[in-house]
Amino acid sequence: MNQMKMEHVPGKVKGTITLFALSTCGWCAKTKALLHELGVDHYYVFVDLLPPEELEEAIREVEKFNPHGSFPTLVINNGTRVIIGFKEQEIREALG
Amino acid sequence: MSAELPTQDEIESRYTKLGREAEEGGYHLNPDREFTKNLVRGLLVNEKRYGYPSCPCRISFGIREEDRDIICPCDYRDPDLDQYNACYCALYVSEDVLKKHLSVGSIPERRPTRSERKAAAVKKSGPLNDTELLYPVWRCRVCGYLCARESPPLVCPVCKATKDRFERFI
Ligand code: SF4
Repeated sequence: MNQMKMEHVPGKVKGTITLFALSTCGWCAKTKALLHELGVDHYYVFVDLLPPEELEEAIREVEKFNPHGSFPTLVINNGTRVIIGFKEQEIREALG
Repeated sequence: MSAELPTQDEIESRYTKLGREAEEGGYHLNPDREFTKNLVRGLLVNEKRYGYPSCPCRISFGIREEDRDIICPCDYRDPDLDQYNACYCALYVSEDVLKKHLSVGSIPERRPTRSERKAAAVKKSGPLNDTELLYPVWRCRVCGYLCARESPPLVCPVCKATKDRFERFI
């Protein structure tokens, strides 16, 4: 999947963790902050900041894991686990 | 996708305006100021980027006709306030949140998926049966306001949604 430009945040490796987010969304910001706090190694992308020609592909990627194509979508190990929305407890439990 | 970023002043004044309009209409902004101002910032970013304030928590392709349902306040705000005490972004919250200090969280997406929206658009394009009405009745999709006249008002007198947010009701 990773042709899309993803930012890498180094940290404790707990699997391959990818956060699909929007730069304007409050729950996305909280999810991103939580990943920071937990200090886990992860990748993230602000889909709304992608060049228009990459947008469709990015959304399809999200829809593969989450039919609503909503944000934030947190994908763990290529979809073994997908956490949709800012679910603090669930994220702590999966990655803490 | 670059567009200039909103200034602190723009954020403050929109925040004040939205707060005032919300209270006038019986709605309430989220009392968490920092969180709320960040969403207002997102609305302003989208307004500059797309030409209309689409929902900061939903992706947009910048095509107004496809985004009519997610121009803030979106079509889903009121049902979400009823069911979850907050809109999807938690920009707006119910009175109970203020009175009983309920906390709000991330809620499920009520907007239909892209494929559902496409299917609905195809279905809807058929003409309405003409009944014996003197005037068609228009419904504001945001707040449910109804009016009988040749065409919808430019702006909904109740919730300030624009003309293109109205649908023919009867
Ligand atoms: S009312 Fe709808 S569009 Fe506006 S912030 Fe809330 S969820 Fe987003």
